[in-house]
Amino acid sequence: MTKLTELTIAQARDALKKKEFSAVELTKAYIDEMNDKRKYNAYVLETPDVALEQAKKSDEKYAHGTDGALEGIPLGIKDLYCTKDIRTTACSHILDGFEPQYESTVTSKLLNAGAGFLGKLNMDEFAMGGSNETSYYGPVVNPWSKDVPLVAGGSSGGSAAAVAANMCAAATGTDTGGSIRQPSAFCGITGIKPTYGRCSRYGIVAFASSLDQAGPMCKDVRDCAIMLNVMSGYDPKDSTSAKVEVPNFESFLNQDIKGLKIGIPSEYRPEGLNAEIAAFWDKGIEMLKARGAEIVNISLPHTKYALPTYYIIAPAEASSNLARYDGLRYGLRVNGEHLDNMYINSRTAGFGTEVKRRIMIGTYVLSAGYYDAYYLKAQKVRRLIRQDFLNAFEKCDIILTPTSPVTAFPIGDESMLENPINMWLNDVFTVSVNLAGLPAMSLPIGLSHDGLPLGLQLIGKAFDEGTIFKTASALEQDAAFRKGLK
Amino acid sequence: MAIDRETVRRVAFLSRLKIDDDKIEDTEEEFNKILNWVEQLNEVNTDNVEPLVSVNDTNLTLRQDEVTEGNQAAAILKNAPQAQYGYFTVPKVVE
Repeated sequence: MTKLTELTIAQARDALKKKEFSAVELTKAYIDEMNDKRKYNAYVLETPDVALEQAKKSDEKYAHGTDGALEGIPLGIKDLYCTKDIRTTACSHILDGFEPQYESTVTSKLLNAGAGFLGKLNMDEFAMGGSNETSYYGPVVNPWSKDVPLVAGGSSGGSAAAVAANMCAAATGTDTGGSIRQPSAFCGITGIKPTYGRCSRYGIVAFASSLDQAGPMCKDVRDCAIMLNVMSGYDPKDSTSAKVEVPNFESFLNQDIKGLKIGIPSEYRPEGLNAEIAAFWDKGIEMLKARGAEIVNISLPHTKYALPTYYIIAPAEASSNLARYDGLRYGLRVNGEHLDNMYINSRTAGFGTEVKRRIMIGTYVLSAGYYDAYYLKAQKVRRLIRQDFLNAFEKCDIILTPTSPVTAFPIGDESMLENPINMWLNDVFTVSVNLAGLPAMSLPIGLSHDGLPLGLQLIGKAFDEGTIFKTASALEQDAAFRKGLK
Repeated sequence: MAIDRETVRRVAFLSRLKIDDDKIEDTEEEFNKILNWVEQLNEVNTDNVEPLVSVNDTNLTLRQDEVTEGNQAAAILKNAPQAQYGYFTVPKVVE
């Protein structure tokens, strides 16, 4: 028999409706799994009592037939989401002991739909990192590790590892440059960053506000559809949230993709691309072709400039957003003789190396005399990057690429630590999507020769997540990744 | 444009961060490495290109200027490292 914790949201929900087991039983099964798998360091705070309390209420709702879309489903929440009275630190020392007095819009939507919260998930500090190694609470261990502990990816590394190791039914993530998609690929799960504006950012600790988006990280495509439906929608508390209709994403699954035009960007196949990753990309192309989709070669000529553009815009926005951490109103305070010394002492002790690096780059590119040369220049190139996608989408309906140029690498990898740019290059396939504000999903396509998951990325037009779900459900069936796990 | 030690110190102060004297040289070197790398953007012709500030096409909307969630002083002070008489307290600013 399948273990309770192996069930998808859709399967668990059906069984709960039929009273095959209770929400309390399901929640207890996840709590046991969390206890057994602490070695992965996926959770930075476990809240079993909160989850059980919520599960009891869910069982009552099922008894009365008033159950919501996620009734009794135990979730893990990335530590970037403010959860009322539950410690939220963005995995930074500077937010030590911070207990928000309000709930983020997305988590309150999940709670209203009946979900339970098992705890807060590990992540790179303030979501700045691609390996979860910048977390104040230490790196997450990828559940696919064999002899050597591997990274789970980042920044939503705890979310990806927890879903992969059945330590929650699904998790929330956030994605500023690839932080949902890259860890999803590294851990063999499915995650979608929706269109910018689809989910409210209210109550999510801000990193780079013009790029940050919330999204679900799940065991499969259907679960992403179910969860994204709950998470989406206009919110007057976020001025960038979009007033657009939210379709039923599940209705796109299993639709015919005959005649669908799949764009393949030549710039995503640079010389020296890992041969295995290229081969799985080709396999994905063949699967879609076999179902009658039409393959179209496209060009996104400014691709190589996406990373340098990102590493001006994101630090600039971060330096501004993180100015609020001054030791005054919440979190860590390290006293100093004068007010300025208190700010400096608190921030110097509270922020980690990567966060300090980005605050300083951001401060520099925004400072008088350099603004035009760096920040304004980057914003102009950002427009060209978005225009590349608009041009491409005149020829195709959706774009297929690899998610990451590499598979999960060892924790403490020398070449990544030696030069920060080496780590940043891992986001080469994901970062353009954030700059253009488009939706994109990563889903597992197969295993490398050394048994590590590889992901493919589907990029859609703005607010056309539907076509992503349609295409992803076809690829998922043909790749049969989850069936191969047993 | 290469930056010097003085600029590193100035940026650190603007960021309200302290860099130890023995780390200044490493920071300067790393900064220059990163700036060199982002300067590849100068290859791109951006004449007549408008900067993209937001991917949202919609404009900000107006709302009534009214209190929506008032009387939250206790909740706001709940996480204060130091508070007294309903205020945040800080080290002495004026002698």
